[in-house]
Amino acid sequence: MQTNIEVGILGYGAYVPRYRIEASEIARVWGYAGTLPIKEKAVAGIDEDAITMAVEASLNALKRARIDPKEIGAIRLGTESKPYAVKPSATIIAEAIGATPDVLATDMEFACKAGTEALEDCIGLVSSGMVKYALAIGTDTAQGRPMDALEYTAACGAAAYILAKKSGETLAYFEGSYSFVTDTPDFWRRAGESYPQHTGRFTGEPAYFRHIVNVAKGLMERLGLRPSDFKYVVFHQPNVKFPMRVAKRLGFNEEQVKPGLLSGVIGNTYAAATLLGLAAILDIASPGDRILAVSFGSGAGSDAFSIIVQDAIESKRDLAPKVADYIARRKAIDYSVYARYRGKIKMR
Amino acid sequence: MRRVAIIGVGCTAIGEHWDKSLRQLLVEAALKAMDSADVERIDALYVGNMMSGALQEQEHLGALVASHLGLRGIPACKVEAACASGGMAIHQAFLAVASGMYDYVMAVGGEKMTDRKTPEVTLALAMADDREYTIAVGASFVALNALVYRLYVEKFDVDQEDIALFSVHDHKYSVNNPHAQFKKPLTLEAIMNSPPVADPIRLFECAPIGDGAAAVILAPLDKVKDKENAVEILASTVAIDHLSLNEREDILTLWSTVEASRKAYKIARIEPKDIDLVEVHDAFSILGVLSLEDLGFAEKGKGWQLVKEGQIEKDGDIPTNTMGGLLGRGHPVGGTGVYQVVEAYYQLTGRAGANQVDDAELALTQSLGGVAGTSVIHILKRMR
Amino acid sequence: MSVPIYWRNVRYKYRLIGTRCKKCGNVTYPPRVVCPKCRSREMEEVELPRRGKLITFTIVRSPPSGFEKYAPYALGIVELENGVRVIAQLTDIDLEKIQSGMDVEAVFRKYKENFEDGIIEYGIKFRPLLKQWLTRK
Repeated sequence: MQTNIEVGILGYGAYVPRYRIEASEIARVWGYAGTLPIKEKAVAGIDEDAITMAVEASLNALKRARIDPKEIGAIRLGTESKPYAVKPSATIIAEAIGATPDVLATDMEFACKAGTEALEDCIGLVSSGMVKYALAIGTDTAQGRPMDALEYTAACGAAAYILAKKSGETLAYFEGSYSFVTDTPDFWRRAGESYPQHTGRFTGEPAYFRHIVNVAKGLMERLGLRPSDFKYVVFHQPNVKFPMRVAKRLGFNEEQVKPGLLSGVIGNTYAAATLLGLAAILDIASPGDRILAVSFGSGAGSDAFSIIVQDAIESKRDLAPKVADYIARRKAIDYSVYARYRGKIKMR
Repeated sequence: MRRVAIIGVGCTAIGEHWDKSLRQLLVEAALKAMDSADVERIDALYVGNMMSGALQEQEHLGALVASHLGLRGIPACKVEAACASGGMAIHQAFLAVASGMYDYVMAVGGEKMTDRKTPEVTLALAMADDREYTIAVGASFVALNALVYRLYVEKFDVDQEDIALFSVHDHKYSVNNPHAQFKKPLTLEAIMNSPPVADPIRLFECAPIGDGAAAVILAPLDKVKDKENAVEILASTVAIDHLSLNEREDILTLWSTVEASRKAYKIARIEPKDIDLVEVHDAFSILGVLSLEDLGFAEKGKGWQLVKEGQIEKDGDIPTNTMGGLLGRGHPVGGTGVYQVVEAYYQLTGRAGANQVDDAELALTQSLGGVAGTSVIHILKRMR
Repeated sequence: MSVPIYWRNVRYKYRLIGTRCKKCGNVTYPPRVVCPKCRSREMEEVELPRRGKLITFTIVRSPPSGFEKYAPYALGIVELENGVRVIAQLTDIDLEKIQSGMDVEAVFRKYKENFEDGIIEYGIKFRPLLKQWLTRK
């Protein structure tokens, strides 16, 4: 998809909580002796949730965007861990960042691709001229079913992007985007259930790989691009193996993938994953670099974006904490504290 | 303006009175006071209480207690000023008599804290501070005092043990107070080893949760029949301050105590050095130290020295809390301000037993609401 | 928890907004209608700085009703860069490492969940600085 008027990123922001639980610690509790998919994952503290993380990521994006929050015309929040099943999180975020009341706000869900869905929506709102600035957020405090394979990786994080029409103030712009969506039930959570269900190996080829490969190829075809045209590529990262494998399959090399691959040290931040990987790339990219950002959401679908970095990145990058700053801030906790923080202990 | 005297007092023992309700405690104290004063009538009643709404879901205590005392028809109301409710009830009674409007006026203060579990009582106590901003962030009343405590010891480079001595002192004297909640002495070691409630405050540096009620009956001086059993109120003053610590310029000064006590000394035409005994509102050891400073008995940052040097003993320069104070005698919140005056009355009428301060003539009581959001000061003089 | 009471204050609590007296310049938090210094009624809203120094703190181990689940937690008085003081919880720090005098910054966090079915109360807490910036908002 391309827009009549080009849209760019005015500011971006990240947030990763302070706490980490090592995969080996989770394995210790369950007596698991197999290979571990990552080293450790980020865990939200007892006073954090998808909303508080989204607020910090958004405030960081505002620091880089350098705009009055009142000028934000729309907020799109992508998450699958809304604190309220019914009551928009986006309004709380809007109030906390000072964007109310002249604003469009809503929460969106598409598993791990809700964040990039929010991005697509915001591109549309800005390029159509409906709003001057739009804020897209991906945030999650992913629910890890105890003793399940996904418990090792279900993590917490947030990333936010403020979009505007491409200008000298935007630090990168969207060359184009594409989405590939099918009804593929690889992972779901029924209403009222605490933890999701997943389909084991079915989440691989029929889900993750099929949609990512198709969306990436589809975007590159439509834009007449090849893997070598991109300086960086970031994929949705449920673990370390999958993104490395799909990168290879598509013809990307390790140097292109590594800077945006964070799951080894923060886990799978679900709706924030691709957006956080993109933020990590923007933290180091140079003007002119082309980035391919590809998400995957169970259910299933993928969004792909081709993004070109602009000059403004140099002056804006240091205005807010970088992803590396949050990753460096680390406090290891054991499973008991993890269970307390993540509400896995029945208190009443 | 007429001169006013206390002609009778009464109080319940302080403790966990599972079998007595708030109204029963208030009535018990009131009847004792009425018997002690030997009055034929009560013209008005003020009931000091902080938490009857939160803990008992009961308001309208003035009418309730008057009715239960068989005093249908008299003017009566609840007086609330957080932990200074008792002192404030006496102040209202004082104004009622001094104005000439009523002759025999009773102030009864009481609290029934054991009707709810600790977190609910903690929340109710915290209502002495700003609920919307300060309590909303999870502050307990102990926590607010702990903020002051830490700032004090860090600023003046004082050991916590020297502040905790106030608790040793209180427990030493409550041993010989028949209505006290605690009747065993406590060592400094036991205090410092007690669990922290809000660091650095230890459990035994906190006034306990308890139930009790106390009452005093006031009359115009010229109606006093028996000087042996009467004590004059030379001054009854009140001052308020911003509730929350963050809104005050100097967190380490109980400014409302400075204000109210200055006014009281002026009205009574005396200076701090003329005072023979003091009842300070030491809901926490640190408040005892700060109160001594802000009442004018020590310089800022040095109040703890009076304790360490033994100056607050009954034979010291400034006998303080000689019936156990809040830490030893107890602190059934709305009752405390009245208990203080009752105990000062005992001292001035020579009825303090083993705790007697020799030849006590002038006493000062300080009742605090919140962290000195309100201070009520009474200066009492022996009449016999 | 009263929804109207909570809701009425959200803009002040979420964004650390106080009031400044137009006459004498005194800034207060929480907001006031009458200046506590000069009694003027000409007050305007002002966003407070989000950084300050921790001037004193405590660790709450016996919390008021509703906060039990979070105990023990740290509470402190922070003096913001413009001199205004705020009482708030501290977060993202090991309790035994807190020290008076620390530089801290404001963050938006959960204060109270009111169990599984009440509304969630949010507000500002303070944490040790994540990093120094070259330019700050």
